[in-house]
Amino acid sequence: MRELTYWQALQAALREAMQGDPHVFLMGEDIGAYGGAFGVTRGMLDEFGPERVRCTPISEATIVGAATGAALTGMRPVVEIMFMDFLTLAMDQLANHAAKFRYMYGPQARVPLVLRTPAGGGRCYGATHSQSLEAWLLHVPGLKVIAPATPGDAKGLLTAAIDDDNPVVCVEHKLLYATSGLVDDAEVIPIGRALVRRSGADVTLVAYSYYVGVALQAADVLAADGIDAEVIDLRTLVPMDTELVLTSVRKTGRLVCIEEGTRTGGVGAEIAARVAEYAYEYLDAPIRRVAAADVPIPFSPALEPLALPSQDDIVRTVRELIR
Amino acid sequence: MTSPSLLNAGETRRALYLLALIRVFEERVLTLVSDGSIRGTTHPYVGQEAVAVGACLALRRDDWVVSTHRGHGHLLAKGGDPNRLMAELFGKATGYGGGKGGTQHMADFAVGYLGSNGITGGGIPVGTGAALSAQMRASGQVVVVFFGDGAANQGTFHESLNLAALWRLPAVYVCENNLYAMSTPVREACAVEHIADRAAAYAMPGVQTDGMDVVAVDGAVRAAVERARAGRGPTLIECKTYRFLGHSKSDQRVYRHRDEEAAWRARDPIARLRNSAREQGLLSAAELDAIAREALAAVEGAVAFAQQSPFPTAAALTEGVFSEAVAAPASVRCAS
Repeated sequence: MRELTYWQALQAALREAMQGDPHVFLMGEDIGAYGGAFGVTRGMLDEFGPERVRCTPISEATIVGAATGAALTGMRPVVEIMFMDFLTLAMDQLANHAAKFRYMYGPQARVPLVLRTPAGGGRCYGATHSQSLEAWLLHVPGLKVIAPATPGDAKGLLTAAIDDDNPVVCVEHKLLYATSGLVDDAEVIPIGRALVRRSGADVTLVAYSYYVGVALQAADVLAADGIDAEVIDLRTLVPMDTELVLTSVRKTGRLVCIEEGTRTGGVGAEIAARVAEYAYEYLDAPIRRVAAADVPIPFSPALEPLALPSQDDIVRTVRELIR
Repeated sequence: MTSPSLLNAGETRRALYLLALIRVFEERVLTLVSDGSIRGTTHPYVGQEAVAVGACLALRRDDWVVSTHRGHGHLLAKGGDPNRLMAELFGKATGYGGGKGGTQHMADFAVGYLGSNGITGGGIPVGTGAALSAQMRASGQVVVVFFGDGAANQGTFHESLNLAALWRLPAVYVCENNLYAMSTPVREACAVEHIADRAAAYAMPGVQTDGMDVVAVDGAVRAAVERARAGRGPTLIECKTYRFLGHSKSDQRVYRHRDEEAAWRARDPIARLRNSAREQGLLSAAELDAIAREALAAVEGAVAFAQQSPFPTAAALTEGVFSEAVAAPASVRCAS
């Protein structure tokens, strides 16, 4: 075990994969000498050279499309899309091509592509540099989506993603890059398994990425009130570990889904639907969602926090369920 | 940048067979669409055959091609199996994608056919990435990326040609300018008269060629392939061509004149190569007839194969959304 920041853990996963397999390479905007907009690849150009740390023009569709073509023909590209908001520019290549080739073309086609992208607000970057668009990806069969919350998960899940023969989107929250934690270098975290971060009896809080930490803090506040919250870290959004969530809700009888994306059509809506379908009879209270308001993310430091979910929102929502 | 452009007898025979195969195949598909045997739509390649055949003659079997929505001709020209192609059009389990892809979505990696594509311009980045892969693996492969005049107005065209030129990728971009993007005339959609002229913006050679002439297309592509294989980067080739039929099965061609169609039909690529083969004494009339019969038999065999094949079972619906295989960990892959 060693202490690493989240960005260092991601870099460690990239480095080990590149050392282990010459087919793994990086592609993205400003990932070379600059080290990527959030510094994840800093130093890697010197270490691996420009053939394997490929700085691209600002051409998101072709970055993702070319990575898909390279993946189809034997390479294992890891691309960085500088802000998740810019994924919109590459959505055709991701949704109509990378995600569908295996199904349409049959087993001859494999797309071992990883797409890393920083998501989330909290930095006053405004409406086009702050979004959490992962819910869009849930609607595209053929994509896997991971959203690590800790440095250990960042390394373990990204390693699993690079080893996976399918397109995997790695959602990295900007506020996590500087956080630190213990990393077990031997641990590969399987895609598709959630984790109980805190065990509790009264209510299930389901979160992922940055909001796992927020949910854990909320659970501490609730504990002072005598409310025992269980916190589930989804870790992977697709395929979703529904069974762990159902098991927890059957125990607690209450569910709050937490996400930073906008509320309508969100990840929480999907979790709520699954629980309503398969564990309705265990529910003692309505399912509640804590999510961003259905507005473009405002810039003003006075407004941005109002748009995004907060620890207080979680605490207040749980208290409404348990009176 | 000149290369041998005259085909020998064997190449001529092969070209004539493929031209006839594609022509007969596409005409047969239209009758099968009309009688309801094939559902959905189809985009016939009739008239443009010289582009696919000329380009693929210039390639090795392990070179890649990336196709378009109008892809049957490219697949057959690259050596694809008419049986599996026809079965895919029927939606049968024996088709290239087990019936899940259909006319615009099939691939045959074994012959270097990296896939057709229902999104206009969608295949251009994919082919560019295959060229990057070939370069990084030092495989010596070249990628021909087919697309139409319509796709040349997509952002992916600009992004990909720029990237390919920057990185000197072994790619040949073959634009089939058939004068219409569905119904929109190229003169109303492209600010330049010749799409090849856009190559200047990417510091790569831009070549115009007669897309109704197999020999001309073969010569242009052969030169570009040699250049790409030598590590000298990509080329943009514009083939001036014409689809004799509508954009898809439902197109009544109200946007163009019948005299224009007649003028292009007078330049039929099959008649042209047949005539020159006869005049040059490369092939006898009997041999030419045998080629035509062979193509016809292949297509009828494909129809029978497709008709006799089973539909996919319901279990196939949810199979193959993901590759189930997960590669060995990188540390293990390295050791192997």
